Amino acid sequence: MSDEQRAEKFLEIFNKGKEFTEELIRENQRLRYRVAALETESASPEEMQRLRDQLVQLTEENRRIQQRFREVEEENKDFANRYIEIEEQNNNLANLYVASYQLHSTLDFREVIQIVQEIVINLIGAEAFAILLLDEKTNELKTIAFEGEDVQPGLGQISTRLGEGVLGNVAKTGESYYVNQDVEGGAITLEKPLAAVPLKIKEHVIGLIVIYRLLQQKDAFSAVDYELFSLLAAHAATAIFSSKLYSQSERKLNTIQSFLDLLTTTS
Amino acid sequence: MGMENANFLVVEDSPTMRQLISFSLKRFKNAKIIEAVDGVDALKKLSGPEKIDLILTDINMPVMDGLKLVSLVRQNAQLKNIPIIIITTEGAEEDRERGLALGANAYISKPIQSSHLIKTISELLSV
Repeated sequence: MSDEQRAEKFLEIFNKGKEFTEELIRENQRLRYRVAALETESASPEEMQRLRDQLVQLTEENRRIQQRFREVEEENKDFANRYIEIEEQNNNLANLYVASYQLHSTLDFREVIQIVQEIVINLIGAEAFAILLLDEKTNELKTIAFEGEDVQPGLGQISTRLGEGVLGNVAKTGESYYVNQDVEGGAITLEKPLAAVPLKIKEHVIGLIVIYRLLQQKDAFSAVDYELFSLLAAHAATAIFSSKLYSQSERKLNTIQSFLDLLTTTS
Repeated sequence: MGMENANFLVVEDSPTMRQLISFSLKRFKNAKIIEAVDGVDALKKLSGPEKIDLILTDINMPVMDGLKLVSLVRQNAQLKNIPIIIITTEGAEEDRERGLALGANAYISKPIQSSHLIKTISELLSV
């Protein structure tokens, strides 16, 4: 049964309960009127007793129905809250699906980086951020793309060694870093960002996404953002790594092809 | 105007956002989604054979931005009644006021919540 059908079913039970309660109240009133009428018409004591018993029975039934009515109302509230939670989950899954679909839709390195930037702006809600890649020969992390240098100058020139400072440590340990501005205070600097999430393929860190400022309308990261951000970073890492390998292999192929062409023409 | 069989025009330069918005719009039964990459492309699609029921546009786009698009649509006798939703990273109150003053029916700041977008569209299309 779908959520909507369940919601309709609840509403149906709810309305039936309401109608039944109203009907009981009307019946109750009718009987009270009848008792009063019989008393004035000096009905027999047996008849009076029968009507009194019926009245007690109906009053009890009314009380039970009202109790059930309240219970259904509570269930309905729970259901409405659950529905909102499921909506949010659906939203996040849709975001994740679209983001991963886009990330793996190309093997062009620049295009992949462009898609990562779009995701960080539009899904995470970042205004100033940088994407750093780790040079495995020099063990240095360097900016390869950024956005919002007007609000955080120097984003294009970030360079830090593996294991040094906040960024170097995130790359070394593979653990995400988040700072709560309100609680921890202190200015956000190039070395101390709002968030740094490693681009990891299993345990192998290839770079970082570093966030310095969120969009004006986004006050802080929400609980679900942390999870979403990590999942997106994992997809981004694979996409960046694959496209990088592809570009390298393309270059090598071109070199080999040129060499073969040269050999063919000279022989 | 019903919410079923509606034709939506999504104007957004980011392919990721276009896909994300289009994905959300699939909630509407038999919805047809037409995509445009900027304001000029949107005007071309609006003058095409498809009757557009609702426009969802970004602000910051190359060639022609979303605010210019809203303004041109509102000045066009044939198009002026199409509901427009602005979806943007610009979250300042003055940006919102400017967008609405130009004639947009709703203004949604990114990152978008699909449920909020669906609710806004449902309200606009059920009028």
